[in-house]
Formats: sequence, C-alpha cells, structure tokens
Amino acid sequence: MVKEIERAGIPVVHMCTIVPISLTVGANRIVPTIAIPHPLGNPSLTLEEEKNIRRELLTRALKALETEVSEQTVFEK
Amino acid sequence: MIRVVHYINQFFANVGGEEMAHIPAEVREGMLGPGLALQQAFKDEAEIVATIVCGDSYFNENMDEAKKTIIEMVKKYEPDLFIAGPAFNAGRYGVACGAIAKAVKDELNIPVLTGMFEENPGAEMFKNDIYIVATKNSAAGMRDAVKKMAPLALKLAKGEKIGASIEEGYLPNGKRVNFFEKEIGAKRAVDMLLAKLNNKEFQTEFPMPDFDRVAPNPAIKDITKAKIALVTSGGIVPKGNPDHIESSSASKYGKYDIDGVMDLTEETYQTAHGGYDPVYANLDPDRVLPVDILREFEKEGKIGSLHRYYYATVGNGTAVKNAKAFAEKFSKELVADGVDAVILTST
Amino acid sequence: MKLELGYIHIKDIQFSDVSKVENGILYVNKEEVKALILEDQNFQKADVDLAKPGESVRIMPVKDVIEPRVKVEGPGGVFPGMINKVETVGSGKTHVLKGAAVVTTGKIVGFQEGIIDMSGPGAEYTPFSKLNNLVIVCEPVEGLKQHEHEKALRFAGYKVAAYLGELARNLTPDEVEVFETPTLTEGLKMYPDLPRVAYVEMLQSQGLLHDTYVYGVDAKQILPTMIYPTEVMDGAIVSGNCVSACDKNTTYHHLNNPVIHELYKEHGKTLNFVGVIITNENVYLADKERSSNWSAKLAEFFGVDGVIVSEEGFGNPDTDLIMNCKKIEAKGIKTVLITDEYAGRDGTSQSLADADPSANAVVSGGNANEIIELPPMEKLIGHVEVADVIAGGFDGSLHEDGSITAELQVITGATNEMGFNTLSAR
Repeated sequence: MVKEIERAGIPVVHMCTIVPISLTVGANRIVPTIAIPHPLGNPSLTLEEEKNIRRELLTRALKALETEVSEQTVFEK
Repeated sequence: MIRVVHYINQFFANVGGEEMAHIPAEVREGMLGPGLALQQAFKDEAEIVATIVCGDSYFNENMDEAKKTIIEMVKKYEPDLFIAGPAFNAGRYGVACGAIAKAVKDELNIPVLTGMFEENPGAEMFKNDIYIVATKNSAAGMRDAVKKMAPLALKLAKGEKIGASIEEGYLPNGKRVNFFEKEIGAKRAVDMLLAKLNNKEFQTEFPMPDFDRVAPNPAIKDITKAKIALVTSGGIVPKGNPDHIESSSASKYGKYDIDGVMDLTEETYQTAHGGYDPVYANLDPDRVLPVDILREFEKEGKIGSLHRYYYATVGNGTAVKNAKAFAEKFSKELVADGVDAVILTST
Repeated sequence: MKLELGYIHIKDIQFSDVSKVENGILYVNKEEVKALILEDQNFQKADVDLAKPGESVRIMPVKDVIEPRVKVEGPGGVFPGMINKVETVGSGKTHVLKGAAVVTTGKIVGFQEGIIDMSGPGAEYTPFSKLNNLVIVCEPVEGLKQHEHEKALRFAGYKVAAYLGELARNLTPDEVEVFETPTLTEGLKMYPDLPRVAYVEMLQSQGLLHDTYVYGVDAKQILPTMIYPTEVMDGAIVSGNCVSACDKNTTYHHLNNPVIHELYKEHGKTLNFVGVIITNENVYLADKERSSNWSAKLAEFFGVDGVIVSEEGFGNPDTDLIMNCKKIEAKGIKTVLITDEYAGRDGTSQSLADADPSANAVVSGGNANEIIELPPMEKLIGHVEVADVIAGGFDGSLHEDGSITAELQVITGATNEMGFNTLSAR
C-alpha cells in the first residue's frame, strides 16, 4: 500500500514495528514503532505515559515527512 | 539416521492463538504438530529429535535474543538438519521461520529448510539465503507442503545436488539452475504468446529484475500547513465492523469519517485484524491509529489539518495484489481531496 | 507462398564406393567428398569421418552443422546467393535427408567454436548427437587469413551438404509436410478472427566472424525486412558464425527454425502466422536503434497482435533484444522473447546484460555458464587441444585423460535461442 500512495505523488511515512518488512515492501520513510499489537502505545504504562510515546513517535513521523530523502530511510530518532 | 530439529510457533504447537503469541522459546522432545506429518514422510530416513516452540510476537519483537536462545537449544541436539514451519501466509511466523533458519545455517553450519506462501514477507526477506518451499496460503495446504518439504529436506541433509526451483518446489532464490523442460523452447514461446494474446495467465521463465521501487516524493515544505491523512493496515474500524472487512486475506478496505472524532475509544472503535492479539488495540484503538494525538497536533498548529476520512484494511495474509489495488484506488481520492501527506500505520 | 518438404528418413550413414541413399542408409564415397573440398585451394588437406548417435565420439572445434537438402521443384536452388543463384526460393518441393547432417571442423577459425559429443552427458545438450553426421575436417593452407578461412569452411559445408542433398532428388519421400503462407490480404480474409502473429528473428551480425548471410548478403548491411518462412527452409539464411557455440544458430537451425515450425502448427487454428521479420545485431548504437525502430515499424505495418522475438548470441545483443521488445510492446503488440542466460557458474549473476519491465514473457534456453563435465571419448575428430581456448573453456579445461571441465557454452547448440531444445533454467 505504501508504494502505491507514494506512486500517487503523496509523501508517506510508514510507522511499523517490523522494519525489515517495510524495507522489503519498499517504503521510503520509515518510523519504527513499539510492538506489533500496539505499534503506537504500550499497555504496561499509564495512559498519559503512552500518550507521550505516541506524541514522540508522531513528531518523528512529521519530521520524516519534512525531510528530503533519496533512498529508503529509517528514522530511528 | 538423519537427526532433525523442528521449529514451530505457538499456534501449530497447540499452545494457543494470538493471545499466546508472546511466549518465549521452549523445547519439546520429539515431534509435535506438523512434525508428525513430516516424520511420516521421512519414513526411516530421518528422525525429528526435538521441536522448538516460540510465540510469533515474541520472536519478532526480541529477534536477537530469541535467535541466540534457540540456537543454543538446537545445538544441544546435534542435528543434521533444521526445519522451520511451514508458515503458509502467516507474516510474523514466516519472518520467524526465515530468520531462525538462516541463523541456524550461519551459526551451526547445517542444512536448513522452511516453507511458506510466496507472498509471505518472510519469503521476500529470506528466499535468497535459505531454501523456502512454496506452500499454499493457509494450513489447508499442509499435506502438499510436507510432500515437497520432506524429500527436499532429505536431499539437503544428504548433500545431494539440488535441482531447479520448479523441479524441487522451492521459491526462486536468485540462483539459476538448468533443467530439461517437457516441451522445446519454441513450443513454450508459442504457448506463452497465445496465453498473453488471450489475456490468460502465463509465467515468464526469466522474471526481469525487480523494478518496483518508487522514488520518494519531495518532503513537505511546511508541515504546519499540511493536510495529513491516516491509513492503516491494522484493521481499525468503527465498532461492529460495518464493512465486514475480513480478519485475514482482506478483499476490501474501509473509508471512515472521523469528522469531530477526538479520540478512538473501546466503545466506538475496534480492530478487525486477526493476525495479532487484539486486546490492546480494542482497549485503545489510538495505539494503532493515533487520532487522539493528531487532533492535539491539529489544535496546537503542529499540522495543518487531519483529513476527514481515514482508510483501513487488514494486512493479515492479504494478497499483495489486493493491497496494491486498494491503495491505487484510495490514493486517487486522497489526491483529489488535496491531502499533502500520509501516515500509514501497520501492526 | 507454398513449399512441400519431402523427408527421407536417414537411419544410418556408411562409407561406400558409390554415394547413394538406400533403405534409409546414407552411403558416402569418401574420395568424392574430399575432392569436392579440395577444389578450394585454401585447403591443403581434407578428411572425412562419420559420427553416429551413441558412439564414443567427440567432434571439436565444430564450426557449422548443415542439413542436406535439394530443391526438386520450383525456382532456385538451396543456399541461394551462396552456392546457387539469387533466385527467390521457398516454393515448390524440397527433399530433405532427415536425420543426417554435415559437420564442419578443422583447425580453429576463431576462438568460439564448439563441441559435439555423440554419447555421454554432453550428448544430452546438443541436438546433433542424434544425427548421422558426416564430419569434414578441413585444414587450411599456411597463412590463410581468418576471414578467408571462415568463408572457405562455410562454402565447403554448403557444397558437401548440397552434394549429399542431390542424392535425394529422385527418391520418394517417407513423409511429406506442406507449409503455406498466404499474402497479407488473403490471410486476413481467411482468418478474420484469429490473432495475427509474426516472428522477429534476430540475426547475429556483430562482425569479426560473427556474421549471418541472407541470400548472400551480410546481415549487418541489411535493414530489417520480411521474408517468407518457407524461404528460410530452402537455406535463404545461413550461418557464418564463429561465436559461442551454445547459442549460435547453425545453418541447420536456420533450415529447421523451430519457431517457424511451431507457428505453422498453430497457423489457421489458434493464430494467423503472417510471416518473418528479420533484423540484425550490429555493434553501433545507431544501428541498434535504427534496426529496432524498423522491426517495430514492420510489426505495426503488418498489423500483428503479437510477435515472438528470438535472439542470437548474448551480451550486447541483449540490448537489441530489449529494444525490440520495448518498441514493439509500445505499439500495443504483445511480445514473447526467447533468450538464454549468462548467470555465472553459480547461477547468481544477472542473466541478461539489459532488462526492461515490458519484457514480461521470456523463454529461457538455460544458463550457458553452468559447468559441465565431459568424460573422455574413445575417438576424437578434429583438434581436442582447443578445449582450453574456446569460449566457455578455460585454462585446465582439458584434463590428461581427455575429459573436459567447461561451461555449457562450449557445446554446440546447447542453449539455442530459437527454442530448439528442452533445456531451460529457473
């Protein structure tokens, strides 16, 4: 899906846990996430702490969208 | 007698479904689950001496540690051969089978074999490193898988010459091997042309190298003015799954209006995905589709706006062809709606 | 245009006082054949030998293989523009000594000539191990230039093949096959509902002993053109190649072009086989562009729905292949390509030098780099010492006991790109 969105001319950031799959699939901007059942959360934390994680990951996603890339790039930080 | 260690996931070991996908690796003596069929096919030539069971989520989320532990377990049994799966179209199981088989081959230097459906992400990741038998896309193809895996496994263990992928049944691994077809090339060419002319399926004998990479689009100049859309393969849908998106092998996607929705809650949304433990996503769907924080960003002016609709499907065992078709269609709408950027979340 | 091929099945070949065909046995007067070869003063010595299926015989270096044929009705003679006048062939009747062939060998012409084993593992890869072969060993005079050597050996082959073919002139064929291609407009009326198909045949024309001739014209000097499929059966296209043995089209391949035969089999049933477009494989980019433009233009002009494109050789001809494919597909005409692969000895390298997504229907003749072990043979015809230097051979290819370790490339016709064989790769 990520490739087709990109192909349509819209920059896209892929937020996922299994980065190698994303690389294989052909995503260009990748933000690694927490875990498969809860990519943007962590049930072992409080709801507020979880939101902080989500904020941080989404801020990274926005940064990825604002960053020029020429090849597949994983935004670790 | 050839000694075999077999790797399977929690599901095939009958430990449980997604709710048990978190269990770490453990060893059982002898054969278990699909190992029974393999053992039968081996007759007296090989013996499954141990079976390693590991949860799919555990393996994928703790890959390095899991690999290390499992290799130690395998080593103890001094096997001549290591078999993982078959994983069919289960994505995380496929990745686990591929990763552990490759690790065993590299570390212990013994032949390894696994099996999975060609569209399993594990296939693309590992097919050039290890032999992966092509299976059907569900466990209904177990018999067929064993029929192909057992003889190839024995050949590998005995160090015999391995024929072409089409003869042995493994996924093409980037290594071209000669073999004799039934028909001459010219006849095959005429048949292929007739199929192509009549819009019937045909299989090229030499697939062109993979060109299907899409160049990244330019970055968003000013994200604070951008209209951002959410897309997910994690199956987040309004409560009750109004479009009846299948829990696996999805044949459709949903488009949902989130105008005025500030937060996704247990009461209003759920996941339709059948490939991961749904408890966490059901309790708080924002863990997969982060509407709450994006609304916050919208209010704070960190983004221009959150697009009124989000698109969702289930990425579990869904054919690549389908997923591609979905995205082709909704991307056109996104463009028409003036969406500047997309955040795609996957589980 | 309509041609009747009358096959006289040859089951055995023997030397005899009188050259003749009797009860499926081809009798050959050795001295007459030698004298025929030595008419050419470029040869100082000629020898003639036999190689039959199943024998422990190795022939090398093989230059060309030619099937004996004779025109018994209709205009012209076999190999027009070479040993017969430039008359349009392809109609009337032609007799064929099916199961027999003339194999030319002798001191190596270029570096790229091949091996035919009549038994053992090597025999499985070459179609010529199944034939009753008259092998002519021609030794050139000292100092003969390569080009002249090539030409002399090429002509020696045609002459001997025509000499044997002549023996079939007054025989009653064991089997008759008729091939007919109507004109474009007739064909359209006859089969209005069938998809129209042409065959685009690429001819090796890189020069430096890599040449093919059409009615006597060097193919590198032609613009792509059309030819009736039956003209090819009378020897309108012949090989002057000393390229890698595995995927060069010998004259035998041209005479028995399998794409033409397979398309005729479907003609009038599932498709309408319109004709053959011949094009070349030149070394200049401008030539490649021009020729591929032209073959696409011809395909468009003939109004075909699909084409089969066969390559000859490898390396830069892969570019011609892909250009043909791209430009023909761009006109909305569906293509199937026949090629072979150079994927390295371990099979992991990129198989073709060029590629394009439009080439989505490809038939493979196998990986020419795969290593093959050829055990020693009791009898050798030609010069075995060239094993180390022919294409596909390497230092140490020839072992002391006479066995050879080399790439499949060394075997004549092994990965043929007209789709002559069953060999493929995955």
